[in-house]
Formats: sequence, structure tokens, C-alpha cells
Amino acid sequence: MRDVAIIGIGDTKFGELWDQSFRDLGIQAGLAAVGDANLSGEEIDALYVGNMSAGKFIEQEHIGALIADYSGLARDNIPATRVEAAGASGGLAFRQGYLAVASGMHDIVVVGGAEKMTDVGDVLSTEIQATAADQQWETAFGATFPALHALIARRHMHEFGTTREQMGMVAVKNHKHGSLNPKAQYQKEIKLDAVLKSPPVAEPLGMFDCAPISDGAAAVVLCCMDKARKYTDTPVKVLASGQASDTLALAHRESITRFDATSVAARRAFKQAGTDASGIQVAEVHDNFTISEILAVEDLGFFPKGEGGKATAEGQTALGAKIAVNTSGGLKARGDPIGATGIAQVVELVYQLRGQAGKRQVAGAERGLAHNVGGTGATAIVTILGRVN
Amino acid sequence: MTVARFWRENESRYNLIGTKCGNCGRLYFPPRSVCPVCHRKSLGKMEHFHLEGKGEVLSFSIVHDAPSQFELQKPYVIAIIMMDEGIRLTGQIIDCEPADVTIGMRVQATIRKVGEEGPSGIIHYGYKFMPLR
Amino acid sequence: MEVGIVSYGAYLPRYRITPQEIGRVWGTDGEQMSKNLLILSKSVPSPDEDVITISIEAARNMMRRCDVSPQDIGAIYVGSESHPYAVKPTGTVVAEAIGAGPNLTVADYEFACKAGTAAIQTCMGLVGSGMIKYGVAIGADTSQGAPGDALEFSASAGGAAYLIGSENVIARVNRTCSYTTDTPDFWRREGQCYPSHGGRFTGEPAYFKHILAAARSLFSIMGTKPADYQYAVFHQPNGKFPVRVAKQLGFTEQQIEVGLLTPFIGNTYSGAVPLGLASVLDVAEPGQRIFAVAYGSGAGSDAFDITVTDAIKDLRREKAPTVKELVERKKFLDYATYAKYRGKIRMKEGAE
Repeated sequence: MRDVAIIGIGDTKFGELWDQSFRDLGIQAGLAAVGDANLSGEEIDALYVGNMSAGKFIEQEHIGALIADYSGLARDNIPATRVEAAGASGGLAFRQGYLAVASGMHDIVVVGGAEKMTDVGDVLSTEIQATAADQQWETAFGATFPALHALIARRHMHEFGTTREQMGMVAVKNHKHGSLNPKAQYQKEIKLDAVLKSPPVAEPLGMFDCAPISDGAAAVVLCCMDKARKYTDTPVKVLASGQASDTLALAHRESITRFDATSVAARRAFKQAGTDASGIQVAEVHDNFTISEILAVEDLGFFPKGEGGKATAEGQTALGAKIAVNTSGGLKARGDPIGATGIAQVVELVYQLRGQAGKRQVAGAERGLAHNVGGTGATAIVTILGRVN
Repeated sequence: MTVARFWRENESRYNLIGTKCGNCGRLYFPPRSVCPVCHRKSLGKMEHFHLEGKGEVLSFSIVHDAPSQFELQKPYVIAIIMMDEGIRLTGQIIDCEPADVTIGMRVQATIRKVGEEGPSGIIHYGYKFMPLR
Repeated sequence: MEVGIVSYGAYLPRYRITPQEIGRVWGTDGEQMSKNLLILSKSVPSPDEDVITISIEAARNMMRRCDVSPQDIGAIYVGSESHPYAVKPTGTVVAEAIGAGPNLTVADYEFACKAGTAAIQTCMGLVGSGMIKYGVAIGADTSQGAPGDALEFSASAGGAAYLIGSENVIARVNRTCSYTTDTPDFWRREGQCYPSHGGRFTGEPAYFKHILAAARSLFSIMGTKPADYQYAVFHQPNGKFPVRVAKQLGFTEQQIEVGLLTPFIGNTYSGAVPLGLASVLDVAEPGQRIFAVAYGSGAGSDAFDITVTDAIKDLRREKAPTVKELVERKKFLDYATYAKYRGKIRMKEGAE
């Protein structure tokens, strides 16, 4: 295994981008990353694209070839691969690109992630998101994606005394972070009361407990470490990549208040990186719902099980705390264009580790962790990045 | 067309038929062809078994934003039920007020329409849960 | 061979609506309608219920009460005028849901409100001839009246299932006979959502003529009179007709009280006499005799002379809810919710 560096990043604004198509977004992010890496194009050995459901959102499959083609790479006949793991599609695409470079198969790989969600209506969009759950044994019986997370939330409240207020504080904090991110979908702070009084979606979760429907794309360029300096002065090293899976249906787990896939992927990643949760200063975690961030900060080992809500309410995950969680605004405020999310998390960490995060910069960030989840924890990807001094 | 996709599972949807591993005795619902614990040793030994249909609410949510299939029923209750046999499944709780549902509440399975493919398509029937009589 | 009822089960949806509430919306005097029809409320199926689910619930309640193996069921007939499918039998779903078959015969019946009793007669014939060991006869409906029509005040939902056999018979059917003519009092053409009816024509030349003829014919065959029976059940399109027909035949109000459900749940159509009879069987004791006459528009009547046997003491009646329990389990709806549940509101199809 070779060391791998990120030498370029690119991302679009996230939001309801009515005037931009799926391919517009993918190419915009890809070109930005390639430009950031000072590549001319012909150096690229392979392309990986994370995308959950273009087939349903825009009735287009064969996304790898599409993005390669419109990025101008089709003439070079490079391998182009689409990767899908529901909400973890981006994180998993990143991992595939990382493995390809680390193995020595390729030297320079572009990994993108994109989703165009607003070409369908809200109801259909919600139904498509639910395809990440078990269609035959959950969705068919009326379990929506928010409802499955509401089941987790209700049980977490029951077992650990987590409160609606504590969950609401996840949204408040992430909106605050989002207000510092010019590319976030929501750049406005919100008050706890607004979260608590937002219309119920799936009780106990309200609308402000849910990440929005978003369009967007993000991309990174990966390069073997020994060639990285050729292209950039600020390579960021991929310290580790951990992946784990679990039952597709939430109900089939021993416990619904933890994601074992998260803790196992984290354990694998921490082992590879030679560190643990205490060695991380900044983390982008999968907060598609407020309860998801509480689960994540527990399962990743930042806080003991059951104390994620309390820690959040106490500000222990905010910018300025020992571990800054979701400085980009997270899925909640930055937005959640599903396939793009896992890559956008990595992009945010690169900003942080390069010291380019502006008003939301975590001072002295040495290591960052990205946590990307598919479905209700059936896939989890944990990526750890480190500053190269 | 989801005709065959649903029809294939009618037995489990109507009558809560799961599988029991002939090697270790663990129970699964929906049916599995391989036991996640015994792996290869379970092959060919996964036997059908019938859940009695009684259990208790492990967690629940009152769904307000519903897929089009469930538009007429919202707000409705979706829950994870811990069946008396020790396995869990996801289903709606009906025939009671959402506000009356609690964690630990005893429920029993019944059968209802779970969906249909428009006014001219096939109707899907399957289990839902109601408060235990 | 002694052929009769081996077990039975009932089912009623939980929702109700009052004539007052229906009248409020249509500018009809609901109070007066309630008095005229002698209907205090009617049952309403929830959006996830139909004749298939009601039939299964009733059939499962029936199976819970006895030890008969579903594999010994040789026939299932479901009588209804609101089968969810015009083509694709209700009985096939019922059979699989109670674990019967596949070695059995199934068919759906329709004879307005007497399709359920016609199913009982068919099962009796098959059992009596030795063709099958047990047969299941179900009468169930989720009947609809056109919005604002008089029928809307009564058309309701419910059903009951009967296991017919010759062993462990809890209620022996001593005799059944029918009376059938071509009388167009009530009908629904193919493809129409709501039935049509002949107004007052549904009374004397239809309901009363057929019930009286079938009942008198049965009295004459059996050499019996009303006083020989503890209970009588008549088809009950409203609360008044059965009371009047009972009186004309010489039955007392006490004899029909237990089987008269329409005042509380409305007209369950094919479910009406089967539910009324189930209500009687819930309380009947060995040796008691039951007189039952169904009526189906179009038109015909099926009459039954039934004697409860000692075996009813061994039937686990407590394993399933009684009709009374089902009647008392209720939640009232306003008209808007009722209209939504009954599909009377035009919806957009699918998500976009």
C-alpha cells in the first residue's frame, strides 16, 4: 500500500440549483478540483463517481461514462466507474479511488460525487431516499426514511434520556456553522425554538431535524504521495479508510440506538491511522437527521454511548470546542445532495487541514475525520485525513 | 410492474412466515436462505416457521410526511415490534389513536392493505399491528 | 349426515358515522333520517380495509375458535357485492391467509345482500354430498351509497365467516330453503361506483315479499311456528324492516333483539345476516333454535332453521371477539374524514 494524497478539491454551492443540470454540477466540481490540482487533464488515470439514484432522480444511469464524457475525458478512454451505497455513495467512491491509488494500480484519480434531486417533486424525492432502506420489509409497510430515524430517536430518548432540545441543538449548531460557509445551502442561523416548533415530519422529528433536499457536486483529485508535490504545495494525506456494513433493515439489529457499521469502520480507520478519537480535531459526520449526529459522535468514540445529546447541548461539538463537528454546516445546513455528500465532507476537511476554511477554521487542525452513512447505518465509511507538514 | 415481486413474498406478508436455522435454532424474519451466524453450515437447513403475531413496541414514530401510497392514512404510526419469539420487524400500528401508542405496548398482527398500484393495479396485502385484545 | 356450523367468526371496522353527520353535509334532516331508518350509526372501513381484509379477519376469528386444520378446508366461498377485484377472487387471498389449500375450490359470490347465505348453502351441499370435509362461507361487504343518496345513511361494512362441516357441529342446520324471482329493486351496473335502487319499490314487492315467502315456506316444510324458536335473524337494510317483517311473521321483539345490529352498525349487506347470526351464536346455548332469513335484491331470500348443539360448549368462543365487542369498539368520524376514507375525494395519482 502506497501513501495517497489529496492534491485538488472542488465543490459547487449546494442548494436548489434550478438552472443547473446533473452534468453541469458534476463537471463544475470536477473541473474545479482538476484546476486546484494544477492538472491539464491527460494525467488522469481513472474517474470514480459517487451517485445514489440518478436513475430515479433524472432517469439517467451510466453515470460514470456520462461524467467522463462531459469532463472531456472520454477521448482518453479512461476507466470511469460509478459507485453506489445510498447516502454513502460519495464516501465509498472516495474509498475506491483511494484503494486504486494506494494499490499502485493508478497514480492520479479523480473522485466526484453528485446528485440532482430537485428535478422531481418533494414527495417523490422522499420516496427515492427511502430506497436506501429495505424496500420490501420497511418502505413497503410505510416506513419513510425520516420515520426510520425517528424510530432511532424515540428509542434513544427512551434508553438514554436524550431530549428533543438536545437533538434540536444539533440543528442550531450546524446552521451556525453553515452561516460561515459561503457554499452552504442554509447560511442562516436558527433558534432552538424554531427547530422544536417546526412542522412534524415523523414524530419526534420535525422538519428542522431533517437535512434538506439539495442539488450539488464535489470532487477531489487523489495522487500517490511521491508525486503529490509535483502538483501542489499543500497535499493532504489520506491516513486511513475504514468501511463496514450491517443489516439493511434497521429492525434486524440487536440495537437501534447505535450504528455498529460506524463503530467498526471507525475502529478499522483508527487502527490504520494509528490514532483514536482523541487524535481528531475536526469531523464531518453524517447528520442527515439531528439524531444521526448524536449517534455518530457516540459511535465514533468522541463521547460515551448515550451522552451525545448532552455533549451537543453543552457545545462540546461546536467550532472552538475540542472536537469541532460539521464545520461545513453538515448535511443539515450545508445541504445533502446524496452522492455528493461524502466527497463534500472530504473537501471540507481539506479546507480545514490546509488552513483555508476562513471564518470556520479550526485552529491547528492536524487530523480530520469524515463519516458517511448509507441507509440507516447499513453502510458506513470513515476516512481520516492528516496535514502534511 | 411489481406483481411478481410482491406475490413471491405473500406467504410471509400474510402469515408471518420466517425461517429457523436448522443448525443453531436462531429465528429470522423475513426468511433467509443462509444463517448469518452459521454461514455455510446452515445451507439447506433453513426451515420455515410461523410467528404467532404477538409482540411489543420497541420504538415508534407518527408519520406526517407520507409517501403517496399512505396519503389517506396520515398521520399513521410506524413501529419496530419485538415479537414474542425474540425477532424484530417493522410495521404499522393501526386501530388506535397515535397518541395512545407507547414503547412496551403489547400488539398483535392483523392483515390490511399495505399498498396498491393505482386504481387498476394489483392490491398488496400484509401485516399490520393492532393493540392486543 | 348432520351438516351445520362448526365454527364462526365476525369482523367489524372500528370507524362509525352518524346519520346526523351525513345529513348535516347534504342538507337532509339527519335526525329524522335516523328515526326513519332506525339507524344510530353505521360502520365505516378504514382506507386500508376492504372485503378481502374483512373476510380474512372474520375467517381467522373463526379458525381461532376451533381445532380444525385449515388443510381440511375443501371450499371457500366469499359472498359480497364489493369484492376489491372485479376479476380475481377474494377467496384466493382468504385461503392463503388462513393457510388453506391449495387443494380446494374457491369462488366469489354475488347476490346483493344474500351472497353470504348462498355461500353457506353451497358449502352445506358440498359437505352433505361428501365432496368436501369442511367448507368456509363468508358474507362481507364495504358497501357504498352515492354521496347524498338515502343509501349513504345505511351502507356500511363488516362480515362474518362460517365453517361448515359434519363433525363437531355447534349449530345444526335442520333445513334451508330459498325463494327467488326476477325483481329489479336494487342493482349496480358493471363499471358503476354506486348502486341504484327503486326507492319504495325495495319494500313490499321486494324485501317483504321474498322474506315472507321463504319464511312461510320453511315453517311449512318444518311444521314449525315462530314460538318454536328462541332467536330470529332477518336481513336488516335498516332498523325498521326486520322489526316489521318479524312482527308480520309473528315473532316478538325479544326473539330478534340479539341479531338486530343495523341500528348500531348500519347495513353490512352480505355481512348482515351472517353477523346477526354470529351475534346470536355468541350467546346461544345448547338446544336453542334459530330462525334466519336473508334477503338479496334482485331478488331472493334464503331461510334457515338451525338448532344449537351441545358442542357449542366446547367451542372456544372467547378466543375471538364477540359481535357485541366489535360493535362497541368504535370511533366516530366527521363527514370529511369519512369521505376521504371512502375514496369519495378525487385524488391525484402517484408522486411526482
